[in-house]
Amino acid sequence: MNSSVLDKPLTRNVHPDKRPVNMAGYEANGGYQGLRGAMGKLSPAECLKIIQDSNLRGRGGAGFPTGMKWSFVPMENASPGHKYLICNADEMEPGTFKDRLLLECDPHQLIEGMILSAYTIQANIAYIFIRSEYLLASKLLREAIEDCYVKGYLGKNILGSDFSLDMYVHASAGRYICGEETALISSLEGKRANPRAKPPFPQVSGLWGRPTIVNNVETLCNIHHIIERGAEWFQSLGLTEDSGTKLYGVSGRVKNPGCWELPMGTPIREIIEDYAGGMEDGFKLRGFLPGGGSTDFLTNDHLDLAMDYDTIGKAGSRMGTGTMIILDDKTCPVGFVKNLVEFFARESCGFCTPCRDGLPWSAQVLDDIEQGHGREEDMITLGRQVEYIGAMGNTHCALAPGAMEPLASGLKYFREDFERHISGSACPWCDGGNH
Amino acid sequence: MWIGDSMSNQLIPVLSDTELHEIDREISHAPYRHAVAIDALKIVQAHRGWVSDESLKAIARHLEMSAEELDGIATFYNLIFRKPVGEKVILLCNSVTCWIKGYEKLEQQIGEHLGVTLGQTTSDNQYTFLPVTCLGACDKAPVMMVGDDLHENIDAMDLSKIFRSAKEAQA
Repeated sequence: MNSSVLDKPLTRNVHPDKRPVNMAGYEANGGYQGLRGAMGKLSPAECLKIIQDSNLRGRGGAGFPTGMKWSFVPMENASPGHKYLICNADEMEPGTFKDRLLLECDPHQLIEGMILSAYTIQANIAYIFIRSEYLLASKLLREAIEDCYVKGYLGKNILGSDFSLDMYVHASAGRYICGEETALISSLEGKRANPRAKPPFPQVSGLWGRPTIVNNVETLCNIHHIIERGAEWFQSLGLTEDSGTKLYGVSGRVKNPGCWELPMGTPIREIIEDYAGGMEDGFKLRGFLPGGGSTDFLTNDHLDLAMDYDTIGKAGSRMGTGTMIILDDKTCPVGFVKNLVEFFARESCGFCTPCRDGLPWSAQVLDDIEQGHGREEDMITLGRQVEYIGAMGNTHCALAPGAMEPLASGLKYFREDFERHISGSACPWCDGGNH
Repeated sequence: MWIGDSMSNQLIPVLSDTELHEIDREISHAPYRHAVAIDALKIVQAHRGWVSDESLKAIARHLEMSAEELDGIATFYNLIFRKPVGEKVILLCNSVTCWIKGYEKLEQQIGEHLGVTLGQTTSDNQYTFLPVTCLGACDKAPVMMVGDDLHENIDAMDLSKIFRSAKEAQA
């Protein structure tokens, strides 16, 4: 843990007291140099090549290569008319609190990244789709956008180039499903946030039927650093095959819950023990969700794994958003999973049956078990639900399969605890424990 | 001021000039009027606290869409209120980290403190108590919002202070 030599591009402007950096402060620390360096000097194709070579992967949870996503956007005259860039700032995955930090502390970093991203795909309208509750971030972003128009970083002929871009903040009205990129597009069109069938993919037919790229806040914050310093520099930041840094978070019964920018591939043990300070006194680690509420449990056996997309994927989970939720020994695993499944049941958009009817059924079975009314056959029922609801392809989008990840892995790693609830007709944690 | 609605033959209120101005500003950069449905609902809610049937009809008319379609949109989103709410809305996070850190006990304590349960408004019309999805501040769980303010690491001891200061700010 040697932070003195650690390069932390994303959080270099983050003050210890979390006060936001304004235009003057951002420019004083080299801000908008990436934009100035690129405008009129790098072509969109050259920018795309740099992002592709950097191996930047989407930080919203899926880890899809950003450059590849962008490469599907029709260029030149292949699709005349508007193209759109959307920043997904609808941070709502349970246990995830990384984008809030970037939005509230350094709004210009996101905007500079968005201008360069829009330039690369030649989008002329950009939206920041932000959850309603992020009021401070919305206010800071609106002010920052106004300042950018004054400075000529937004609007017509940016910095004298022939590239023009307008940017808007859209504050949402709630619902987790808006974070799914096609649901987000439906919501931005003023509709119910039902996800859409793919194909067509948004890169070809997205917002109002036009080519659209949706990227996460943290992904877009990386862009200007990569354009400015190059793909090799970005690759050199990661400790493993995956490039760059990552905002990692830990929440639950640890001594120092928080969010830190660390090299991609930092070992899980280092994040939990060194940065999060280890478990609170009197609590032991039993398991953790590595990247938000829709990722599979990992356990003590996985602490020495590198926290990157491929390593965590091979271990049977997903790095997701990179913000871990810790299950301790005084918290009931059934109650933990029940809380998550109830969340996903509530947040279902209601479009497809396995999600709309299946998730409340799962939540009901888990509640029966937690309340001490579970029956032996409930374990078979839960297994079937995992099989049917969890399989991609049975549902319209990834919400319900995501809900099944903590349930499936909970049944795998904590099966005895489920069975103890049923055989004892009570939750073993309800007396003396937390839950 | 009221105008007649020729289609339903009911009286619907006219939106205020400020509301219309704010909605029209959104329409100015949208490809069609009902694309701003959610923005318009939020604008009217910001001025009136909630979206009544009358407001809904007036917005729908302005956006050239049916009130039924707009209601389908309004009721999809948990932060569009189709019933009156108190001066401030309490959004208590009930997602997993706040659950680990004891939001259930907190929910009970807030309920006792204010004399309401989730979904209810206090008798003095100051607060409406609602659950909310993970607020993105899990390192400081349990958390809740009261009006525009985020409260972190909440302890039962804090409640009288939080709600007293919120009331004072209101006064």
